[in-house]
Order: sequence, then structure tokens, then C-alpha cells
Amino acid sequence: MSVAENNRNSLKKERMKVTEKDVAYVADLANLELTPEESTRMVADLNSILGHIDKLNELDTSNVEPLAEVVSAFAGGEGSQRFAYAQRADVVKPGLSREVALSNAPDTDGTCFRVPKVIER
Amino acid sequence: MNINTLTIDGARKLVESREVTAAALAEAHYAQIAERDETIGSFLTLTKERAMKQAERIDRLAEKGDPLPRLAGVPVGIKDVLMTRGERTTAGSRFLEKFVAPYDATAVEKLEAAGAVCLGKLNCDEFAMGSSNENSAFHPVRNPRDTSRVPGGSSGGSAAAVAAGFAVATLGSDTGGSIRQPAAFCGVVGLLPTYGRVSRYGLIAFASSLDHVGPLTRTVKDSATLLEVIAGRDTMDSTSANVPVGQYAKECGREVEGLRVGIPKEYFAAGLDPEIREAIEHRIDGLRKAGCEIVNVSLPHTEYAIPVYYIVATAEASANLARFDGVRYTTRSTQVKTLADMYRKSRDEGFGAEVKRRILLGTYALSAGYYDAYYLKAQQVRTLLTRDFQNAFASVDAIVTPVTPTAAFKLGEKTGDPMEMYLSDIYTVTANLVGVPGISLPCGTNREGLPLGIQILGKHFDEATVLRLAHAVEQEQQ
Repeated sequence: MSVAENNRNSLKKERMKVTEKDVAYVADLANLELTPEESTRMVADLNSILGHIDKLNELDTSNVEPLAEVVSAFAGGEGSQRFAYAQRADVVKPGLSREVALSNAPDTDGTCFRVPKVIER
Repeated sequence: MNINTLTIDGARKLVESREVTAAALAEAHYAQIAERDETIGSFLTLTKERAMKQAERIDRLAEKGDPLPRLAGVPVGIKDVLMTRGERTTAGSRFLEKFVAPYDATAVEKLEAAGAVCLGKLNCDEFAMGSSNENSAFHPVRNPRDTSRVPGGSSGGSAAAVAAGFAVATLGSDTGGSIRQPAAFCGVVGLLPTYGRVSRYGLIAFASSLDHVGPLTRTVKDSATLLEVIAGRDTMDSTSANVPVGQYAKECGREVEGLRVGIPKEYFAAGLDPEIREAIEHRIDGLRKAGCEIVNVSLPHTEYAIPVYYIVATAEASANLARFDGVRYTTRSTQVKTLADMYRKSRDEGFGAEVKRRILLGTYALSAGYYDAYYLKAQQVRTLLTRDFQNAFASVDAIVTPVTPTAAFKLGEKTGDPMEMYLSDIYTVTANLVGVPGISLPCGTNREGLPLGIQILGKHFDEATVLRLAHAVEQEQQ
């Protein structure tokens, strides 16, 4: 069974408690490294927060459109015109210079950002 | 000159009349900062060279008798989530401790173009995530009205600086109440403009569908003036709306007779401090006497706003903060051999506990199998919250509510339980989810002498009515 299927199945029943394993999985997705103490604390915190968030299940939303951002909710009519200017001709304009763009980088070769080796030989 | 009560117009008049130079005005504020900010902790960086250069420019104009711009010589502070070219911009995070902004945020550029003198960068919760300013990676901010208490967050430094006489006005950002709640805790005015009203170019993103830039000031009129300066479409931010900007300062003083003001019962239910309820009811009476029609309205989905907010905000944050990976933004762990190592260890060393908590929660809500149950569900309930407001605004011009359930709490009081901290945003998050404008202004003090706030919410792009009503509430108290 895939992780997704497993998660879906577990949601059908009463919400499963978030475990250390779940936190490790999500931390991996988010590229975060947690100490064992942090991990224990996060398990408790996520369970507390998600317990509150489960309140949303009181509502039947089967026929409700999702709203990702407020602009579209008011775009019927003049709403969309308010952002018409955002579409512009594809013309090259000066941006940050290479020097400035690289100025905050921890490591560069003067023209590119430099990172540790990606492919192990 | 009492710099603790100076307004924008007051400061400008001093400079225009040559009674005080802009340079001396800036120096007076720096002196007050030097004397008292060690206790308050509102500034992270002072930008004195930049400030004095601008002040001298204004003084040269005044000397020649040239017409002065709107904010000539007005000392302001900038929340450290807004870019200031050539100056350190940290977002209150270790990750960006050494980050020097390569350009100016549009709101900052507009303030300076209008003659404002930027004194420095203001402390805040890390990446604007928090309600008490205790999540700053550097040091907490203390409430100038009672230094054992928090100033609120995340724009705690911005509110405290205005309350403590360190700046006449400041810029903050508000994703779930981060301008309005600290304004209420510190006894100042904080304005949340409509989503799209003010450009967010140069704002370090937390949750893009909820982030707003707005002012914190000592008077309603000052917030109106700052909004006029910073509002308007910006080709650098395609979410900034092409809607004409009003003459908001002129709204202050207009009669409010005949305006319909909605009172949503859900915002006055259990959990609200009785002293705050009483103070607000007193102001509602004042509006009634001024000729407003007071109407009971219902926003039935109010109790679902916090759960929706903490899914939407954290989901968006988990995506926005992916850019902090050790490649571009100053911090990279020295303990790395591989690319994957670099991502993980840099983020581990750079981010504080609350930021990690929110990234984890947001990633969880977006992860395979949970997306529908959490993120999609939250977006659907966001639609219901929006309909609540559309229905209410069909019969009223504005809505009056509390800003916070309690007055400022003590440092350390809510740091043990993140959920308890999140619930302090209960009256403010909905405006961000729905995108409507709102203002928080003082409405008295409690028995302990702590400031209490009242919130006025308006229709999309109708800051004019919000400010007009807020000004009436403010004047009634004087």
C-alpha cells in the first residue's frame, strides 16, 4: 500500500494520532533535521493543533468551491479588470546585476552559486 | 516638542516652519532610542547614515522654501520583513542575520520618496510567525505600557516603537492579525489595508494569499495619510490591484450619521474579556449617538477561522520558506558534505522552533493523502467565511468587533502551548482569509491600565468608511 493510500485509509476512521514516524516522514519532505527532543515536542504539538483543526469536519463542504485566494472570489465583473495590467508585453528590462544577485550567497565562483557536489561518483 | 505624542502633520509642520530641522528631529528620536530601547528591544538595526542623509535632503528643501512632500522629515521605522537596500534585513531570523537587502520594498521606497526618514529596522517574530514577538531569534520586545508584558506580534517592534516615542509611525505586516493585535496591546492604531491595496514587492513572504503591508501610527488620520502614500498598483507585484486610491486623510472628520454598523454576535461570545466587551459597547453607543444605525449581524462560520487559518497559512509558509536552502541567502551550515546535507543542516541551524513547527504542519497538510482532508477542506471553509462577510455586508457598511480576547499577556505566559498562542488571533485572522480591510484602535484601558482595542472591518477596497468610522470613535474618546 502506498503512503497516500495508507494516509487516506487512516483518515476514514477517527483521525490517527501523529507518530514519531509521521513527523520524521514530513521532516524529510520539508528538508528539516530534527533532534530527538524536537521530534518529541513536534509530535505533541502537531497532535494538539490537528485536534483543533479537526473541528472543520463538523461542516459538510461537499458542494463548496475551494478558495485559494480572495481575488478570484471577487473577479466576476470588475474584479479581474483590476489585475489586467499584470499581463504585460514580454520586454527585457534591467534587473539586479549579477554581482548584486550573488552578494548574499554563502559561496559563489563569481558567476554562479556554488553548492556541494550533487552526483556522487 | 514632545516626541512621544508627535503626529505626522505635527512633525511635518515643525520641519516646514524650520522650528526644528529634520536632522534634529531624527537625532531626538535616536536619543530616545538610545535611552530606552535597551529595555524595550524594538529595533534590530539602526540605519542612521541613511536617515541623516534623507533628513539633510529635506532640510535643504525647507531652507530653500521649496514645497515639501507629504511626509517631509517624519521619522519612521520599518518592520524587518521589508527590504531596505544596502541595509541588513533579517525577518527576525538567524537564517538572515547577515542578509543585506539588494533592493527596496515598494512601500519603503514610497515612504522615502514622500520625505519620510527611516530610522531603522524593527524587531518581529521570526518570519512574522507569532503573536507575542517572543519568536524573534534575537531578543523579545517588551510592551512600553508594562514591560513585564508582550507587545503582541508579529509586528511587536513596530507597535512598541510608536508607543514608546521611538518613531512617529512604522510599517508592519499582517498575515493573521500581526498589525492589529500588537496595535491593540500597545495602545496605538494599526491598519490592515484590503488584500491588493498595498504592494508587497520586497516583503519577505510568509503566506502569500494572506500577507498585507500596513501602517502603525498614533492617530487614525496618520494611518490614513500613510495609506495614501503606500497604496496603489505596482507592476512589481501582480497581486496589487488597479483600484483608484482614495483621499483617506480627508475621510477623517466626515460625519458618520446614517452609516450602518454591524455587530456580529459570534465575536462577543464566551472567551471575551468582560472589560473589553464593556469598552467596545461604550464605543458602539457613541456611534449610535453620532447617528449610526447599529445592526445585529451574524458571521456563522467564525469559530472555524482559526483552524482554516492555521492550515492555509502554514501550507503557504512551507512553500515560501523552501527558498531558504543554504544556496542563496547567507546561511549555510559548515558541517555538510552533500547537497541534501546542506539543505537540512542549514535549515536546522537557521530556523527557530515555531518556524519549524509551521513548516512541518504545512507540509503535513499538503502531503499525499492529507491534501483533501486538510488543505482542500480549509479552502472550502474559506469560501464559507467569505460568504459570511458578503451576506453581512449586504446590510451594513462596516463591522465592529474586538481585536483580541484579552489585554496584553505576560512574557512566557503562552509559550508552552502553541495552540493557546494561536487562539489569541481569534478575532483577527478572518479579515486576512476574506481579504477585507480592518483597523485596530485604542478604546480605553482596563483596571490595570493596559490598553484595549476595538476593530472596525470594511468592504473590499472601502478603507474610506473604515477610517471615517475609526476617526469618529477616536474623537469621541477625547
